[in-house]
Amino acid sequence: MKRSSTRLRTQSRTARRPSQPAEARAANPHAAAQASAFIVRKAKRGDVAAVTALDERITGLAKSEHWLELYDRQKKAGQPAGIFLVAIGAEAPDQLLGFIVGEIRAWEFGSAPCGWVYALSVDPQSRQLGVGEALLEAMAGEFRDAGVAKMRTMVTRDNLLPMLFFRGEGMMAGPYVQLEKDLH
Amino acid sequence: MKLQIASRLAIFAVLELTEHADRQMTVADIAAKYGVSTHHLAKVMHVLGRAGLVRSARGAGGGYQFCGNARRTTLLDVIEFFEPLGPGDGDGGEPGNGTSEAGALDVVLGEINDAVRATFGSITIETMRRLVERERRAPPAA
Repeated sequence: MKRSSTRLRTQSRTARRPSQPAEARAANPHAAAQASAFIVRKAKRGDVAAVTALDERITGLAKSEHWLELYDRQKKAGQPAGIFLVAIGAEAPDQLLGFIVGEIRAWEFGSAPCGWVYALSVDPQSRQLGVGEALLEAMAGEFRDAGVAKMRTMVTRDNLLPMLFFRGEGMMAGPYVQLEKDLH
Repeated sequence: MKLQIASRLAIFAVLELTEHADRQMTVADIAAKYGVSTHHLAKVMHVLGRAGLVRSARGAGGGYQFCGNARRTTLLDVIEFFEPLGPGDGDGGEPGNGTSEAGALDVVLGEINDAVRATFGSITIETMRRLVERERRAPPAA
């Protein structure tokens, strides 16, 4: 399924509050300013260096090989299996504000096909602008278009910021419990 | 999982006050909706007031207003003013404490406690308001 970045850009502008009428959005200058501050589009290989740098700033770990391999693997698999989106400044296309990576997985643990979000980062300088919300909504749109009805992610229980974010976006605990065991 | 009545009332009161942020609400208004005594709810409001989550105004048109940050205040913040959520007080008073069996039971209870705290601690009042709206839109149960 080939989709243009224009469509994603439009989606990011309208995804913040899908239930909000267009005229209400237009009447809200704050929302309009937020919407025009960035666009969401599919990642290109040239974005991976900025993705790596942003991830390193947030996690403290440099994982350039990981992100490159991930991008190449997704590119090879093609959409909708792997989805890699970035948010960039509308006036500064070289400025990465955030990124999201997702994948559709089928019949893992007996689960019907669903969309997994397994990475979402927003530049700390660009928080409170709706970047994370727009990225997640764009990803949800990709998943919906691919025919899946459920979006999942996994968050460390004591990592409050992403927990608050995903909860705020309407995500609730799912039917699975993650179990683990020390092997040493 | 059950919450104490005071915790439930505190959550309901905060949700009411954030929904009607444009006006003051009286204890009687809120008590009537949830079918509870004004006396009990007044005590709850007093605790919320001391915590700085609500403020009251006297006189005609007086009542309560939410004055916290709905995007930052979590259910855990509200509940912990009324009941402890967490492991025991560790005073060694529980029967069997110090045995391996009690230690194993503590591991299981700790797992449950972590999940409870993570859930309440990650749902803000604003998120709860969205959940309330979703409930209102949901078709009535058959």
